Amino acid sequence: MASVNTETPTGRSIMIDVPGWGGNLAGQHLDLRLSAPDGYQAVRSYSIASASTGDRLELAVDRLPEGEVSPYLVDDLLPGDQLELRGPLGGWFVWRPEQTTPVQLIGGGSGIVPLVAMARAHAASGSTARFQLLYSVRTPEDVFFKDELAALASPYFAVTWVYTRRTPEGWPTAAGRVNREVLAAATIPASENPAVFVCGPTGFVESVADSLVALGHPAASVKTERFGGK
Amino acid sequence: MTHFDGNLLAGPLSEVFSVDVTTAVGRCAGCGDEAVLAMAMVYESGTDFVVRCSRCDDVLMTLVRGEHDLRVEMRGISYMRVPT
Repeated sequence: MASVNTETPTGRSIMIDVPGWGGNLAGQHLDLRLSAPDGYQAVRSYSIASASTGDRLELAVDRLPEGEVSPYLVDDLLPGDQLELRGPLGGWFVWRPEQTTPVQLIGGGSGIVPLVAMARAHAASGSTARFQLLYSVRTPEDVFFKDELAALASPYFAVTWVYTRRTPEGWPTAAGRVNREVLAAATIPASENPAVFVCGPTGFVESVADSLVALGHPAASVKTERFGGK
Repeated sequence: MTHFDGNLLAGPLSEVFSVDVTTAVGRCAGCGDEAVLAMAMVYESGTDFVVRCSRCDDVLMTLVRGEHDLRVEMRGISYMRVPT
């Protein structure tokens, strides 16, 4: 592990150097294995926030209160520590720069991680495909990659924020969940045939995906990745 | 019990198959639905997985890790179409 950056009160991003990694596609994940001195092992999948061609990659991890692995990654892991990982993994929930269709990204909480990789790949490739991100967080303090998302704004990339528990002061709309009305008002409509990527807690993903299909998106255009949890 | 989806299987199945089968289309032996494996529902218990059809909830596949092997049982998938 090379360095860490605190992102939220419960989460941080972690830079890892992996000799021979050779890069990954935007949206891919890796499996991380932790071994206790008594031989007990736990494996967890983490989405990769970076989408580069080099040997350095970035994860962003939110501490789960009952978690076995995430508290260690957020609270205990130090630069120089060794990690055992497998990847890059997964060829389904990915965006490739040669794709030219409009893209709607929808993230809940730490589900932003693979979507940030896609937004970074989009910017780095100079793609002019229309990208929109709808990012649902509990409070303004829970935002991962806040400054970077602001910096990525361009004619081809726009972010819509949804606060589910508490909004910033003076925010024009009340806190509330991402429902069908929010999706209809703040995402690329089905008539434009966007590729849609939805990532977050399982309940969030399934509710959003159902609403998108009700709004006319073909189920095959809505790619999902469930992080578990509620 | 919460669940995940077939994206999670990319790692464990890389021990068995030389290509990423999470992008393969599988046909459910129960209801005949054809879907990409990444879209299946995945229930995790320790190092074991139960994979269910997202349409009819029938079991498609189980992965059970033993001390010296990984047992892959696929009786719920009548066939898979793997991108080449």
